[in-house]
Amino acid sequence: MSIIKLNNRAVKDATAVGSITGLGNLKFISRSTASSSSSLSITSGIDSTYKEYIFFFNNIHPATDNVVFSFNGSDDSSSHSYNITKTTTFFDAYHSESDSETGLSYKSSYDLAQSTDYQPLTYQVSNDNDACVSGFLHLFEPSSSVFVKNFIARTSGNNEDNHAQDDSVGGYFNTTAPITALDFKFSSGNIDSGTVDMYGVL
Amino acid sequence: MALVKYNNNSISSVTALGSLPAGGLNLITTNTITSGVSSSSFTSNIDSTYDTYLFKFINIHGATDGSEFTVNFRDGSSAFDATKTTTAVYYYHSENDSEAGGSYKTDGDLAQGTGYQRLMDGSTSGADNDQSLCGDLFLFSPSSDTFVKHFIAKTNSAMSWDATGNYFVAGYCNVTAAIDGVDFKFTSGDIESGVIKMYGLSKS
Repeated sequence: MSIIKLNNRAVKDATAVGSITGLGNLKFISRSTASSSSSLSITSGIDSTYKEYIFFFNNIHPATDNVVFSFNGSDDSSSHSYNITKTTTFFDAYHSESDSETGLSYKSSYDLAQSTDYQPLTYQVSNDNDACVSGFLHLFEPSSSVFVKNFIARTSGNNEDNHAQDDSVGGYFNTTAPITALDFKFSSGNIDSGTVDMYGVL
Repeated sequence: MALVKYNNNSISSVTALGSLPAGGLNLITTNTITSGVSSSSFTSNIDSTYDTYLFKFINIHGATDGSEFTVNFRDGSSAFDATKTTTAVYYYHSENDSEAGGSYKTDGDLAQGTGYQRLMDGSTSGADNDQSLCGDLFLFSPSSDTFVKHFIAKTNSAMSWDATGNYFVAGYCNVTAAIDGVDFKFTSGDIESGVIKMYGLSKS
């Protein structure tokens, strides 16, 4: 039997690929797992490979009660400092388990105006044993040397007052330098447990 | 060397692709509804295989005008009745430009409720032939036996009063038992047609 080498020219016209599963429009890049960690830093894999990155937070649990979960970016190539100038918005909806409180409002105390501080993703996070934060953050074209770097985030968290809390953040790193790394941490105390998964959008 | 042209017939039998990178969004189940059903359930494959599950609703069309598309979760029994605390926010804009706005919806949230969670504003989803609802819902770590189970949803619908409705829901199943099933239905009448896809996001 002759050996047939399948090349890209032969394959490129195909429109169906049998029973292969797992192909999708997201590419898993890395998982960062907290274990009593002061922060979770993602220092590799953020580059020009993808135009959009999505970070999924799963069951982020703080060691300390009533803390802010936040993130920042770096434009360093190594020895990262997380101090990029940002302008952002923050609004949230909340609802207490007792049904006594609900609300939807802009939170001026959690937005940033040309600040290098960490950007809150949610606030007043409970450290009850079953409490945590989950959600996602989209970061658009971090490698651009032309544009600011926009991001959009949404989280669902357990507020320390036994509220369900739905927080939405939008904004941009106001720099034309590429963003090369992100850092996630609580305002006080460690990240006891949880994961941050990074995907590239194909 | 002879030139060999591969076509869909030859490629369609392939089951593995060398070093091509695997995708991160894995389709698990597709529920396709082509005639009226009272609900659309996902009762298998929600487990520890993935930490994040994504449900996509595509052109969900209700049989009854002004009904609401809803979701509930199963936490160990056969019933979809997990205790939930949630938030609900609704924005809208009418086709004739006469009405627009948005607010928190106290009639759309749950406080430790076991009932179905609305995924669109009350009594508003349209059942005209061309009206439908689309959106998605993320469910985080359903198999955890330690934490509550957070979920985040966003939908858009052509409304019974000829407007667009944009609905935001988030919250948690306030249980440490695993969530192993998810059910979608309208508050009144069948799901006449639509597609609901369940994906898992790769964690390695």
